[in-house]
Amino acid sequence: MEMINIIIDNKPVQAEKGKTILKIAREIGIDIPTLCYYELDGVNLENRPGGCRVCVVEIEGRRNLAPACATEATEGMNIKTHSLRVVNARRTVVELILSDHPADCLVCSKSGKCELQSLAQRLGIREIPYQGAQSTYRKDMSPAIIRDIDKCIMCRRCETVCNVWQTVGALSAINRGFEAVVATAYEQDLVKSPCTYCGQCIAACPVGALSEVDQTRQVITAISDPTKTVIVQTAPAVRVALGEEFGMEPGTIVTGKMAAVLRTIGFDYVFDTDFAADLTIMEEGTELLQRISKFMAGDKTVKLPILTSCCPGWVNFFEYNYPDMLDVPSTAKSPMQMFGAVAKNYWAEKLGIKREDMVVVSIMPCVAKKFECQRDEFKVDSNPDVDFALTTRELAELVRQFNIDFNAIEEQDFDQPLGESTGASVIFGATGGVIEAATRTAYELFTGKKLDKVDFTELRGLEGIRSATVDFDGTPINIGIAHGLANARQLLDQVREGKTNFHAIEVMACPGGCIGGAGQPFHHGNFDIIRKRHEAIYREDAGKPIRKSHENPFIQALYKDWLGEPCGELSHHLLHTHYFDKSKHIEIEG
Amino acid sequence: MAKIKLSEDKINKIKEICSAFGNKPSEVINVLHKVQGEFGYLPAELQDLIAQEMKVSAAHVYGIVTFYSFFTMTPKGEHPISVCMGTACYVRGAEKVLDEFKRELKIGVGETTPDGKFSLNCLRCVGACGLAPVVLIGEKVYGRLTPDGVKDIINEYR
Ligand code: SF4
Ligand code: SF4
Ligand code: SF4
Ligand code: FES
Repeated sequence: MEMINIIIDNKPVQAEKGKTILKIAREIGIDIPTLCYYELDGVNLENRPGGCRVCVVEIEGRRNLAPACATEATEGMNIKTHSLRVVNARRTVVELILSDHPADCLVCSKSGKCELQSLAQRLGIREIPYQGAQSTYRKDMSPAIIRDIDKCIMCRRCETVCNVWQTVGALSAINRGFEAVVATAYEQDLVKSPCTYCGQCIAACPVGALSEVDQTRQVITAISDPTKTVIVQTAPAVRVALGEEFGMEPGTIVTGKMAAVLRTIGFDYVFDTDFAADLTIMEEGTELLQRISKFMAGDKTVKLPILTSCCPGWVNFFEYNYPDMLDVPSTAKSPMQMFGAVAKNYWAEKLGIKREDMVVVSIMPCVAKKFECQRDEFKVDSNPDVDFALTTRELAELVRQFNIDFNAIEEQDFDQPLGESTGASVIFGATGGVIEAATRTAYELFTGKKLDKVDFTELRGLEGIRSATVDFDGTPINIGIAHGLANARQLLDQVREGKTNFHAIEVMACPGGCIGGAGQPFHHGNFDIIRKRHEAIYREDAGKPIRKSHENPFIQALYKDWLGEPCGELSHHLLHTHYFDKSKHIEIEG
Repeated sequence: MAKIKLSEDKINKIKEICSAFGNKPSEVINVLHKVQGEFGYLPAELQDLIAQEMKVSAAHVYGIVTFYSFFTMTPKGEHPISVCMGTACYVRGAEKVLDEFKRELKIGVGETTPDGKFSLNCLRCVGACGLAPVVLIGEKVYGRLTPDGVKDIINEYR
């Protein structure tokens, strides 16, 4: 590694050749403000248009100020990050951005978490001297995402995420100059675009131009209605991130506090999506084994690899991009939808109430879940199995609205029977976790032997694409894992060409899996936060007394009481689904 | 499944143009030039097909179309009107003439009247500075135009 010597703010620094001024400065604790720059170092994602010029610095001997995010440091450079000239220029840059920005902070969903707002505060801006005309675009409300493009500052982070990390291509920079924003093709609504609702554009947006549809009001209304029984379920990834909203260290596990606040808010039953994740493993694991046994018996019609189907962003993606392969993914519904089906059938019957009188709310790390629960195939007589999917952030908002002291509240347990879960279900929250959970169960069912060790560390990690072969007592099972839809596309293209020998592939749309979901507390590009949530997920798993889905006693009871057997008739009816061709076809008219 | 219908001729012609440029994503702008030259404008359906053939997103194609003022998504009118905005014409009042066209036709620059008769555009110097301000309607050149004369000229084509 070649080193160079430079001076930053009068400090001599040795740095690696090829690094930008911004990175070197950050490493030595000098905080140069940025706005358009966005990086997720753990998954090699970088947005570096060098366009906003908030990060400018002064380099001795150069006439113009240089953007630190896009300028490589070279030998002997003498850099000032906060000289008088820099501070003045930076302030002017931000004032200009503000002059074309609606002053909506009072009611903006991003207020308090907005990078532009905190920049304006940090630079001490108290008025906006350049009052210009404001561009006006129509607000676009989709089932999951709101685009309020008047607030767009053209950082292009969302464009990079949607095109590079997801290869979805729903968004692009359009127009020029003052009118420039990031939008969809023909400025149509998001629902008409190939958007998967993964929401990673929201996670990346520094301002309030992109946000999730807020449903906290509807949930409060439901809880206030005495005729409704309101049930809540919580996804695995929420419990390792929610604490961040209340100043806790990333990676703090707050499962018990979460259950306690939900009960305080007034939900009638506090259940766990993890229970349904165990159920998913029973169904999906059984489906996998059935396909493998048929395949080994020489049945040529059977499709391998099986693809996981828990992630609605991923489901939307393959419906749009792989309409020729709709019979490849598992037909198992996601844990959230399985929970909804169990709640509105089994549990409603147990309580002796009609499904219309039950409201199922889910707390999700995810934005795409808002779309998923509105799918027609998940409704019975237009009554959805899951009524509302709130994000982790929306739950935090509820906690604040109800003035609950999150840090002080005593831990509580989930209600039974739909609140009991195993370690296998917890790891659904991280990339590789679903397939590890499935492996734990499939191994024992396939071989009839007990696993000595349930940790399949070869399936863990944060590499974008991973693969491993697990020995099923003499039968090698090949597993592929991808997070991010660009990575998924790579694997799927190979599958389409018949170039792989995978038996199963797990896909999650978000960086790190659901722990990096777009409904989680904002990480502002700090990937260490995702790493800490990742560790926490496996810590929670390791601490569970039962770590294999098929050993969950309440799951066993559910099959005995009600479902019969995995992939049986009732399961097929309630816990499995089918997929639709959502691609665009260009045809000859006439 | 969303279906987009196009005539066979159009599909073939566009596919031909795209493959002439090697179906390379970096060539989208050149493809757009050619296709607009062929069909006069670039409606959404054509952009969808170009996107598919060039292996880029429709949003990306639309981004390019909206970035360059040369590209248009509205068909040219039967009588395309071009107002010269070169320096000579500009100083002799071309902008006022343009405003009069806008008022009279109730359309903006780059737009076409609902009946499809007229479209309005600006041009850089056409090299007839002696006649400034100059307006072209189709192939015909009108020189030394004043705002007052605009209505009469339009009536010639109505
Ligand atoms: S939600 Fe995902 S797919 Fe949709 S526009 Fe945003 S990044 Fe692209
Ligand atoms: S919508 Fe947000 S992320 Fe996208 S370019 Fe605008 S400000 Fe940046
Ligand atoms: S990875 Fe998880 S959070 Fe992201 S879209 Fe998929 S299910 Fe939602
Ligand atoms: S952050 Fe460096 S130019 Fe925007």
